[in-house]
Amino acid sequence: MQVVFDRPKALCDVPLHYCPGCTHGIIHRITAEVIDELGIEGDTVGICPVGCAVTAYDYFGCDMIEAPHGRAPAVATGVKRANPDLTVFTYQGDGDLAAIGTCETVHAAARGENITVIFVNNTIYGMTGGQMAPTTIPGQVTQTTPYGRKPEMNGFPVRMCEMLATLDGTALAQRVAVDSVPHIKEAKAAIKKAFENQINKRGFSIVEILSTCPTNWGMTPSEAMERLRSEMIPYYPLGVYRDTDVWNGQ
Amino acid sequence: MGKVKQMITINSERCKGCGLCTEVCPKKIVRIGQQRNSKGYYSAECVDNSKCISCTMCGVICPDCAIRVERSN
Amino acid sequence: MSKVLMKGNEALAEAAMRAGCKCFFGYPITPQTEISAYLAKHMAKRGGVFLQAESEIAAINMTLGAAASGVRAMTSSSSPGISLKSEGISYIAASDLPCVIVNVERGGPGLGGIQPAQSDYNQAVKAPGHGDFHMLVFAPSSVQETVDMTYLAFDMADKYRMPAMILSDGLMGQMMEPVEFPDREVNPVEKPWACSGHKNKREHNIINSLYLKPDILEDSVRSRYKRYEQVENELPDAESYLCEDADIVVTGFGAAARIAETAVNNAREKGIRAGLFRPKTLYPFPKKELNEAVGNAKAILDVEMNMGQMIDDIKLYTECRLPVYFYGRTGGNIPSAEEILHEIEVCSMKGEKAECR
Repeated sequence: MQVVFDRPKALCDVPLHYCPGCTHGIIHRITAEVIDELGIEGDTVGICPVGCAVTAYDYFGCDMIEAPHGRAPAVATGVKRANPDLTVFTYQGDGDLAAIGTCETVHAAARGENITVIFVNNTIYGMTGGQMAPTTIPGQVTQTTPYGRKPEMNGFPVRMCEMLATLDGTALAQRVAVDSVPHIKEAKAAIKKAFENQINKRGFSIVEILSTCPTNWGMTPSEAMERLRSEMIPYYPLGVYRDTDVWNGQ
Repeated sequence: MGKVKQMITINSERCKGCGLCTEVCPKKIVRIGQQRNSKGYYSAECVDNSKCISCTMCGVICPDCAIRVERSN
Repeated sequence: MSKVLMKGNEALAEAAMRAGCKCFFGYPITPQTEISAYLAKHMAKRGGVFLQAESEIAAINMTLGAAASGVRAMTSSSSPGISLKSEGISYIAASDLPCVIVNVERGGPGLGGIQPAQSDYNQAVKAPGHGDFHMLVFAPSSVQETVDMTYLAFDMADKYRMPAMILSDGLMGQMMEPVEFPDREVNPVEKPWACSGHKNKREHNIINSLYLKPDILEDSVRSRYKRYEQVENELPDAESYLCEDADIVVTGFGAAARIAETAVNNAREKGIRAGLFRPKTLYPFPKKELNEAVGNAKAILDVEMNMGQMIDDIKLYTECRLPVYFYGRTGGNIPSAEEILHEIEVCSMKGEKAECR
């Protein structure tokens, strides 16, 4: 028998701590598959966020650094500038990347910092128990918007890919989802492109991945996937928002 | 010549019983079983590997890397 | 090498490069300005990295990243910017990463002013960030010492795997003095813990400060404090000047101590037996050296460019055996030698009759 599908080598053989049906595990796996396919594990450094994926350092087989909340792009910048030959990626959630770390994210992109950002958007703060995130959709009930997010009170969500696509330093800004097998394959292709961009020194690459949080959404994993399709994708349309070689044009 | 040419193996200790694999299987041969694993989850199981077409969809959607897919050459 | 005339800030920057600093991340603020400007001009030419970050917070975290990857890294700022860096400093200490942080102090609190001050002593020594940890703190009192301490800070940060601070101030940073850069080989320290790619030759390295189990977190903090014990045994350094027979020992660090030295000389000319004790390391504090310096004194006069911060340590480490008087200027004002001399004269009249206050 030939194994046609199994755990990628770059994902450590340990149980993941995520809740049942949480799509972090899928995103970890496809990221690790890309690292394997590019053969770069030994020359890759990953930067963890603060949030549910904080212990991603136990899961990825490459060298891993845990950053303060939101600062992963700055930490990645430090690693990359000191070691331009390494492949450096950050793995961040929506609270980490789009609220407390907005400044670090925007300026890493504006500099055309040659790093790869994996941005997991599940419209909620998962680790702290389900508070409103910068990406929480109007009307969405969270612990801190118990009557639903009201833009007149809580403001509007941030669409990061659309925003970052306006910056000259962004090589790739693409939004994907992991609600179905075809979408997961698209997501993996986008992540691969984001890593290849870095290897080819094309500039800052971000892949925003629409993800679920069954626990804090109060849904079954299956219902959560349905919500991703019916509520999130209409508000956060999938697609490539920018695709260019920052330094050589294209 | 063996009966099973294509098959999946579910690591029941890694499975958290989320059920996503049961929905994507085109042959409907994966279901949530009756046995709890040591963490208390009812893990998924394959009821008939002889019908498996090794499409890998269950493995691709699995958030816990609990499924391995094999096929004979 | 012969001496050259340089500003304190520029000398510090030159010393950092000579000490093997490969990466500098900064953000504009007065009065540390010349450090960034000098490194922007020279760093890239000498194979290093200069990057102006989008904030102090980003700069300290870039420093964290570079340090985690195993290179010598530095950031510099002035007082309000150091407050912003405190988050990163805590993470750096908790991750056992070596790096150098420069604080060219200015008046505070808040936006304060841009003139020299020493009002960040407590921040540097007592609470550079949240949690149980220390940072090495060096307090230069001349441009030459700024240079020497910059070399030392990089070496000691690597040796003990701790962040190290050069606690300078606007006066130290802006003044010019002849300075000599020691010709010295930079000996790279082995950093097997660094995250620079495992090359498929070892297990993956993890740089982290999260420990969700209390016992494990406690163990990690306790083992760090074991290292601090070693630091406290090996590293304290101080200068004692004319203290052997002194009735009044003036204590002070950095710029304040420099001015106090003139006042001590003037007091001696007037027949007052005054001396000067100057800690060069603020953490670890030279406790033993302090007690030796005040062994024959009747009183201590602590002089600082703040409202009285190091004075608490002077009282603590002398166990309030002697009266400790204080003279300070703050807000960017610098005490004159005449003002300090006047205070020495007043103290010598009060002598040991006074209570420790």
